[in-house]
Amino acid sequence: MTQHLIVLPVVLPLIAGILLLYQRQGLVRYKRWVSVVATVLLLLASIALVTKAAGGEITYYALGDWQPPFGIALVLDRLSALMLLVTSILAVGAVVFACAGDDEKGSNFHGLFQWQLMGINGAFLTGDLFNLFVFFEVLLLASYALLLHGGGKARIQASVHYVVLNLAGSSLFLIAVGILYGATGTLNMADMAQRIGDLPAEREGLVTAGALMLLVVFGLKAAILPLYFWLPRAYASAPAPVAALFAVMTKVGIYAILRVYSLIFSDQAGSLSALEQPWVWWFGLATLAIAGVSVLAARDLRLLVAYLVLVSVGTLLVGIGMRTPQAVSALLYYLIHTTLITGALFLLAEMIGQQRGKTSTRLVRGRPMIQGAGLALMFFVGAIAVAGVPPFSGALGKALMLNAAEGDQRLWLWPLVLLSSLAALIALSRAGSTLFWRSHRGNASGKVLPRQQWFAVIWLMSAAPLMVIFAGPVSEYTQATAAQLADPQPLIQTLLHDAGDTP
Amino acid sequence: MEMLYAITTGVLTACGLYLTLRGRTFPVVVGLTLLSYAVNLFLFSMGGLTTDGAALANRDGHFADPLPQALVLTAIVIGFAMTAFVVILAMRARSEAGNDHVDGKKEIRE
Repeated sequence: MTQHLIVLPVVLPLIAGILLLYQRQGLVRYKRWVSVVATVLLLLASIALVTKAAGGEITYYALGDWQPPFGIALVLDRLSALMLLVTSILAVGAVVFACAGDDEKGSNFHGLFQWQLMGINGAFLTGDLFNLFVFFEVLLLASYALLLHGGGKARIQASVHYVVLNLAGSSLFLIAVGILYGATGTLNMADMAQRIGDLPAEREGLVTAGALMLLVVFGLKAAILPLYFWLPRAYASAPAPVAALFAVMTKVGIYAILRVYSLIFSDQAGSLSALEQPWVWWFGLATLAIAGVSVLAARDLRLLVAYLVLVSVGTLLVGIGMRTPQAVSALLYYLIHTTLITGALFLLAEMIGQQRGKTSTRLVRGRPMIQGAGLALMFFVGAIAVAGVPPFSGALGKALMLNAAEGDQRLWLWPLVLLSSLAALIALSRAGSTLFWRSHRGNASGKVLPRQQWFAVIWLMSAAPLMVIFAGPVSEYTQATAAQLADPQPLIQTLLHDAGDTP
Repeated sequence: MEMLYAITTGVLTACGLYLTLRGRTFPVVVGLTLLSYAVNLFLFSMGGLTTDGAALANRDGHFADPLPQALVLTAIVIGFAMTAFVVILAMRARSEAGNDHVDGKKEIRE
């Protein structure tokens, strides 16, 4: 039974999604139960997978028992287990929040939600480059429909841009995969890593072109500087639970960069090793700078949170750009924190918008909120965590990142990370004082927020203190993960030793 | 044959790219479709161009690489679904915004 555990994060949402298609509308209670139970089961499966991977053993699941490099393999190592766990924790929060009423604003919310989870989990698990494309498409298709959930002019406009850009990105992905297949003759990432070591010199240019094109695609997903313009509008107009789940979508791009370039273009790749490093480093820094300015310019809480996602993307990218195990460990710690906290902030923005009525989340004087104290407390915790002020997880994550920089890198990294934190702090304190203090006189009105919404926000926000309390075990795990990524040989051997010599 | 193949792929890509950069949704959809055709052709050629070869390894060693064919099939299926979706989306955007500009704005000059 346990050897089938690896495929569970893909199969479970697939089956749940099919069950949830039974009727387009109606059966609300039944659908909510199925969706929540499936997501909680996914969380349990992810916890089991993390405990399995924590020992350092790399396991793979050969679909249809076609042994790698010929068949498609799902590979479980520390990094993919960690990403699965983060996704499922976020998904539990988002799905519970949606059960408060957001799921009934359109049709098939829960089914699409499960399929999006399937795509995300598959992308984290797969060990095959073309299969990565397929799972990207699965998660994108579900995300297109989820972004449109509930309708409205703003959402449709944002999704036209989002869909067209991602379709162009998919074409580029296929071209890149085609080039890499043509040059190396394999699609299995471990096999490709092995073959790139003894590549004929005349094919190096081809592989470089393919690899950098792949970086453009992943950069589009991760929202790196010249490719991020779709993000703020799409995230700000998406329904709250969807926006919260989207917090992990940019991290799928980050994960793909980390996986592909640490495995295929590792130190064993000769002259092709680390070919993405200067691009990721400089564009990451530029993303960070632009995001810091944009955060200050945002006039709406949702837009503000969307730009905070961009700040986190910039920080994560410079972590990859440093390309040392220490930096990777720091960025993984920061990744857990930022995914959960920005997810919580998207949910919180929706709750604040609901209580404020007509002014919604625009940062202008509005009516007082009846549950203002609770919301303000949550906002305070979230703002402190995301801006990186002690005592919460953001401070620790950024400190680890600053500590990982060496030599000249410090000159660029320290001012930019610290200034973007300052920008976030200014923008959030201004937003908070407008939302909670500068309200009109008069009685508070509006509806009391449902219990599910409070649960979801507290569930995600509790990551901020918990990640500080358990900083020891968490950072031990991320350090072990970084060490595993720095040495891809065990992974290659695990996947390929059964298959013998490949032709 | 290689020359013809390369020119076809190149022309399709160029047309697709040009149309994708247009301001109205219909040319953009057609452009994306052309782009996906070009990509499919490109993928197909990545196993090497073989004429009269079986898609299986046989004794005389003359065979076409079957893997790009499988990849193209997958890409075609996904591309089809995406085209259907983007057409519906463009129509929804047209009816919601009242015009077919990708930014949803009325153009200043016609």
